[in-house]
Amino acid sequence: MKKVLAIVLAMMLVLSAAAMAETVKIGVFEPASGDNGAGGKQEILGMQYANKETPTVEIGGTTYDVELVYADNGSDTTKAPSAASSLVDAGVSVVLGSYGSGVSIAGSDIFKNAGIPVIGVTCTNPQVTEGNTHYFRICFTDPFQGPVLANYAYNTLGATTVYCLGELGNDYDQGLIKYFVDPFTALGGTPIQESFPTGTSDFTSYLTNAANYGAQVLFCPVSIAYATQIIQQAASQGVGFTLLGGDTLDSNVVAEATKGTKVELTVTTFYQEGANPDFDAGFKAWLNEDSEALTNNGGNDIISAVSIMGYDAYYTALEALKAAGSTAPADVMATLPSVVYDGVSGHIEFNETGDAKRDSAVVKKANTETGDWEFVTTQTVE
Amino acid sequence: MWNTVFPYILSGISVGGQYALIAIGYTMVYGILRLINFAHGDVFMVAGIIMVYMAASGVPLWLCIPLVLVLTALIGFVIERVAYKPLRNAPRMSAMISAIGVSYTLQNLVLYITGGLNQLYPTIPWISDSMTIFGATTKVVTVVTPILTIVLVVALVQLINHTKIGMAMRAVSRDFETSQLMGIKINNVISITFVIGTFLAGVASILYFTNYTTVIQTSGAMPGLKAFVAAVFGGIGSIPGAVVGAFIIGIAENIIKGLDIILFKLGVTSGPMGLATFSDAFTFALLIVILAVKPTGLFGEKITDKV
Amino acid sequence: MSNMISQKKKVDSATIISAVIVACVYIAVFIAEQTIAPTSMLFTVLKKGATYALVAVSMNLLNGFTGIFSLGQAGFMLIGAYTYGIFTIPVDQRMSVYQYYNGGVVQFVLPWFVAMLLAGLIAAFFAFLIGMPVLRLKSDYLAIATLGFAEIIRAVFQWDKLGPVTNGSNMLRLFPSFNDFNIVGADGRVSVYLSTLVPMLIAGLCIGVIILLINSTFGRALKAIKDDEIAAEAMGIRLASHKRLAFCVSSFFAGVGGAMLAMYQTTVQAKGFTTAMTYEILLIVVIGGIGSVTGRKQMIGNFEVPLLRNGFRLVVFSIIIMIVVLFFRRGIMGTKELPDLIRQWQGRGKEKGAQVK
Repeated sequence: MKKVLAIVLAMMLVLSAAAMAETVKIGVFEPASGDNGAGGKQEILGMQYANKETPTVEIGGTTYDVELVYADNGSDTTKAPSAASSLVDAGVSVVLGSYGSGVSIAGSDIFKNAGIPVIGVTCTNPQVTEGNTHYFRICFTDPFQGPVLANYAYNTLGATTVYCLGELGNDYDQGLIKYFVDPFTALGGTPIQESFPTGTSDFTSYLTNAANYGAQVLFCPVSIAYATQIIQQAASQGVGFTLLGGDTLDSNVVAEATKGTKVELTVTTFYQEGANPDFDAGFKAWLNEDSEALTNNGGNDIISAVSIMGYDAYYTALEALKAAGSTAPADVMATLPSVVYDGVSGHIEFNETGDAKRDSAVVKKANTETGDWEFVTTQTVE
Repeated sequence: MWNTVFPYILSGISVGGQYALIAIGYTMVYGILRLINFAHGDVFMVAGIIMVYMAASGVPLWLCIPLVLVLTALIGFVIERVAYKPLRNAPRMSAMISAIGVSYTLQNLVLYITGGLNQLYPTIPWISDSMTIFGATTKVVTVVTPILTIVLVVALVQLINHTKIGMAMRAVSRDFETSQLMGIKINNVISITFVIGTFLAGVASILYFTNYTTVIQTSGAMPGLKAFVAAVFGGIGSIPGAVVGAFIIGIAENIIKGLDIILFKLGVTSGPMGLATFSDAFTFALLIVILAVKPTGLFGEKITDKV
Repeated sequence: MSNMISQKKKVDSATIISAVIVACVYIAVFIAEQTIAPTSMLFTVLKKGATYALVAVSMNLLNGFTGIFSLGQAGFMLIGAYTYGIFTIPVDQRMSVYQYYNGGVVQFVLPWFVAMLLAGLIAAFFAFLIGMPVLRLKSDYLAIATLGFAEIIRAVFQWDKLGPVTNGSNMLRLFPSFNDFNIVGADGRVSVYLSTLVPMLIAGLCIGVIILLINSTFGRALKAIKDDEIAAEAMGIRLASHKRLAFCVSSFFAGVGGAMLAMYQTTVQAKGFTTAMTYEILLIVVIGGIGSVTGRKQMIGNFEVPLLRNGFRLVVFSIIIMIVVLFFRRGIMGTKELPDLIRQWQGRGKEKGAQVK
């Protein structure tokens, strides 16, 4: 009986792949659960808002409905291939994602073999696009972000010793730390690197380590889930150093965790609320109308940079579809390198490895009174 | 030197106290049923989730705490009746697999309910405040945990040694069938054991999550495993053994996390070795050494095999 | 169990029919691969199914047939997956994979099947080392000790100081995967699709070897150990060496399974090989039936992929597991194998069926 059931299930999957007319499918390869679930959901919000704003696209003279097809990679590199396969099976023309570099790398080959192009939204590790012709990305990369952070730590924060803490086996954390350590050492600083095992919730000993090493800055480019715990434990331990993070920490959930504490937190990111008032107003209105969207945004309407990136990624995909004049993945892939789009987060244009040409990062700081982000500066590397 | 090491020991004692409360559940159940209740760590996690949802739905905190404890104990009772009682005469492996199945079910249920996102634990006044002790700043709960643990353990030992139900528990753990013949209602005794064990896990969850503030479906797995190791370390079936084992493991684990800097300051090593990677692994290495050298643990009784 | 012993006679028609069924499945897969689009979810399911089937059968050899309750499977799979990955990443790609470790220390490549064999052998070697202290322990202590070893292995592979070999906590990637089994014609297009058939053949071959082993004198000795250790010892079975050998053989196939998992995933990271993975495999074994190889683990693999996709299906899956554990204690197949079922259908297995119950 169970065998029959299994076969029926398998059949249903195959049949459901039969495409519907006049619809172009865009795959959303994002984590909706796990350590990066919160970030992934915010990134999806941007795409959903964009999809609501522009639900159709004209490809080769025909108007197509754009359908977002979701696959949850669970923030887990072992689940990523199955999630990627389900998108391939659904017959998507182009894929957006993922939040988190590890899952992007893990799912990459599945898309590559199926000949489907992917637009990375906020996966900053260089290995995502390196050596791949199908993977593109609209955000800056860690070899850019790392030196920006190192410069900021050394020159602006005046730190000579930085304690770097990342999660074991997380490509994003470990990668960004490596790209931070090299320029920081070159500037004359002393970086100390340590890693914690997945699932750690007790960071008190790591914070003690940082204090014992005499660090002035704790660099922790970790997932949101860990970041909030580190912040809260740092607050109750009354640590004397500044916390520094990469783009993952740019979430209202993280800023909220600093509220009412004495923890200083600075991050580098893609966008600061207020840079485009029209977009901000529209997005906020949509969030406040849709209670589910508001919940997914962490319960308030503060805009995270990842949402803007998701929004821009969606429009970049539409541009590619328009330029290709076809919904065939191969055609979209062929036109993507030449796609140019001016998004809310800035000008998007790909270089030869498929990375966006980006030369500036936003530095912002958590306001411990309001639990909101404050713009500090825009850092550019010449 | 003391200033360097003391914060690690403080964290260790706090973690140790939480492990101890979970470990008692393991050790009591094992003592009576000879079953590793793999789902115990997940019951601990579920207690955290119940608290999150109850506080979010507007129940005042002073009411939440007792309600959570009662509900957790109830879950323990139900799990025993549904998943373990039908397998009482089955091979031990079946019961253990059933325990793993319960653990899997609880985790997936919570995954479904929460959508797999971290849930923020409500802040409980006073024990969430910061305080300074011997120059190290920490939360009040860090200091409260070991004290509360010791008080609860003393009470429990009194219960086991000086009450009728305690005597029944001791009898059942010594010999299942004989105690049945003596008129002890085995099922009641086992249920009470589960209720006590899960109640303590509920207390541990309040202390633990007040300290670490977020709950996710996998939150219970590691603390559960470590608490079990603590129970084995101290000699499974022995309550004081479980408590001592838990404190040793808690302290050792936190010292490993800081071992690089401690060794560096002592002048033993010249640079970081990345030893913090082994903070979890060390617990298990310790377990294997103990099992190989003294299979019944520190305080365990010698068990002879029945043929 | 006794039906196994009575089976010692020559090959009967049921066995032949089973072999024919298996052969037909392979032919069907081959035809499907050439005709259905290679991106179909069906093939993902089959590939994952083949991998998990092998690992589950290898675990069953210990837990089901020998009565050794080991929870270290994920650890041995990790060793296998890493061994395979480390020795098969093309030399010119190593700089990119081991980017933080200067290209790593291993600067040669082994053919995939050699690497796969090596994956098994190294896993078996570790099993031999671990078995020395661990196999002396009794059931639940053994379970928790093997579980502990898997956790230790995971930490060791992630240690930064071993980075030049294991790439630290970073992923291994760019090694040959299942797709490299496809035969590519001169025009760069795939002419014959084999990416699903080959893993199924590998799994089938390994499972075949395990079945032969179980039906040998050695296998019967293991079953005797499971039924009653003391009685088995009294009959002259050397407990320690039999258990150790079973442990090593099981780990060998877990290692090969790990290599296959690496090929399926196309990337390997120690982080993923957690206790949860072992539990998942154990639950597959339980559903399939402890003490049965043919519990058609591949079917369970079929369940797995669609069921793992969202929370609710996962809950349903857990509930199914609990029902199986509580009400069908022997699993769907019990101790019966495919040939046994055929015998029953043929009406020739009445007395054997009675013995099974």
